[in-house]
Amino acid sequence: MRKRQRMISFVLTVIGLFLAVAFFSPILVLLNNSFKSLKNIYLDVLAFPTAETFITTNYPDAFEKLEFVKSFGNSFMITVCSTGLILVFCSMAAWVLVRYKTKKSKVIFMMYASATLIPFQCVMLPLVRLMDKLHMMNRPGLVLMYLGFGASLSIILFHGFIKNVPVELEEAARLDGCNMVQTFFLVVLPMLKTIMVTVAILNVMWIWNDFLLPQLMINKPGWQTLPLKTFLFFGQFSKKWDLATAGLIMCMLPIILFYIVCQKHIVKGVTEGAVKG
Amino acid sequence: MKRSKLGFWGFVLPSFVMFAVVVLIPALWGIGYSFTSWNGIGNDVAFVGISNYIKIFTEDGDFRHAFLFTAVFSVLVVICVNLVGFLLALLVTSKAKGTTLMRGAFFMPNLIGGILLGFTWQFIFVQAFGAIYNATGLEFFKNWLSDTKTSFFGLLILVVWQLAGYMMLIYIAQIQNIPDDILEAAEIDGANYRQRLFYVVLPLVAPAFTIGLFLSLTTCFKLYDQNLSLTNGGPYNSTEMLALNIYNTAFKYNNYGEAQAKAVIFLLVVSVIGLTQLNISKKKEVEM
Repeated sequence: MRKRQRMISFVLTVIGLFLAVAFFSPILVLLNNSFKSLKNIYLDVLAFPTAETFITTNYPDAFEKLEFVKSFGNSFMITVCSTGLILVFCSMAAWVLVRYKTKKSKVIFMMYASATLIPFQCVMLPLVRLMDKLHMMNRPGLVLMYLGFGASLSIILFHGFIKNVPVELEEAARLDGCNMVQTFFLVVLPMLKTIMVTVAILNVMWIWNDFLLPQLMINKPGWQTLPLKTFLFFGQFSKKWDLATAGLIMCMLPIILFYIVCQKHIVKGVTEGAVKG
Repeated sequence: MKRSKLGFWGFVLPSFVMFAVVVLIPALWGIGYSFTSWNGIGNDVAFVGISNYIKIFTEDGDFRHAFLFTAVFSVLVVICVNLVGFLLALLVTSKAKGTTLMRGAFFMPNLIGGILLGFTWQFIFVQAFGAIYNATGLEFFKNWLSDTKTSFFGLLILVVWQLAGYMMLIYIAQIQNIPDDILEAAEIDGANYRQRLFYVVLPLVAPAFTIGLFLSLTTCFKLYDQNLSLTNGGPYNSTEMLALNIYNTAFKYNNYGEAQAKAVIFLLVVSVIGLTQLNISKKKEVEM
């Protein structure tokens, strides 16, 4: 019986590892070819580069063509600022929506909940017109737009969490003379740490990878984010797979590193977002 | 707590104003635009009644195709993604070794943006498959993404590859919620693996299936980035999905009014899916 169990465990491990490699293989193929010249890529995609054909020049070339520092900086700033605004303003809103048990709170929360159904294509065209009129088609404007789009899911998640936070501490703080702002930032906020991480992870992943909104709003030289620049890069160099493979690997690297560093939080955040959202 | 009206609005408004500006107002405005001849350029917006809607259903073959394609494609994706996701979840919660590593590999595609994934698979299907065909002569690897069939399956493979790990996470959470003593009791009672899977695990994982099915369905229905970067709807618009069709109607053909009417239909379909899910999960709660 023991022997049979060990056998099963062994077979499952082999199958699992094989599948893991298979899942990873598209990226391995990409990585392999990013060290070859265009001629050698067309000669044989599957061959490994030999000592003579191994090159690293694709990377600096792609780095330059992607304006990597600039695009990465744009993506980074936009993602960090948007997520920061979402965390502060959505937790504030969710808190009062839970604590003020009025009809108004209920109506506003229902609006957020039903808005999760609205597909982006439905608001896209009037949004472009409206943002143009408000002079918001720039990077700070985009950050504010992300606050609006991220509000639904973030407030729902905060709302669900705050409902289970006991109100006694807040009441004590009020009795001690804290005003509303102090109560929230000094007493409530520190208790929201776990849900903050979840909301932050979900928003970072979505905003970092978002393509269509930046394409519509800030598609101007110098403002482009990484996904936007990758798309343009492909339009320009569609058959230049030597640059393209290196460029793709470079663009994937930040998110893969992010995943390796906070895998546990990401897994928890994504699961919670799916189940409760 | 002392109820201060000013405090309430001070806390609610910052996010609510932006939410109203980017979601509520454009959504209502957009429904209005769907009854006009708006072309996106000038300010001359004439009311044309429901003629946009009539045109979409009677003249626009591309939209009908995009709609059917999206529906068929989504159903296939939902079946494959959830089946694969569930099997992967069983595998990584089994007694196999190195399951943390496996989880990481299976979930990783989900983190990478759709644009990058589309281009990556374009390279695999066109260049790598081409090389395999040249080396082995197997018909299967010939000319991917150049005809309707391989483009369809190419997109299917990409989406299943991307979403399976996401579904896996949902199923893992549910499988780990099953108390060990139930499974042990079943084992002591002489239930073999198949019986435990079908009579203990599956019924207890059922609530997660509702989530998994609808989540993958709505994600797939709204698919845009991958569609754009893998096939861009080609060849001959055969793989153009709804979101891409709406985008092209507006920005390629400058029919904003018509695009907006399509978006309203899109909204109705997504809402029906969403409300169905709500109903099902509510019923389940009552039963439990």
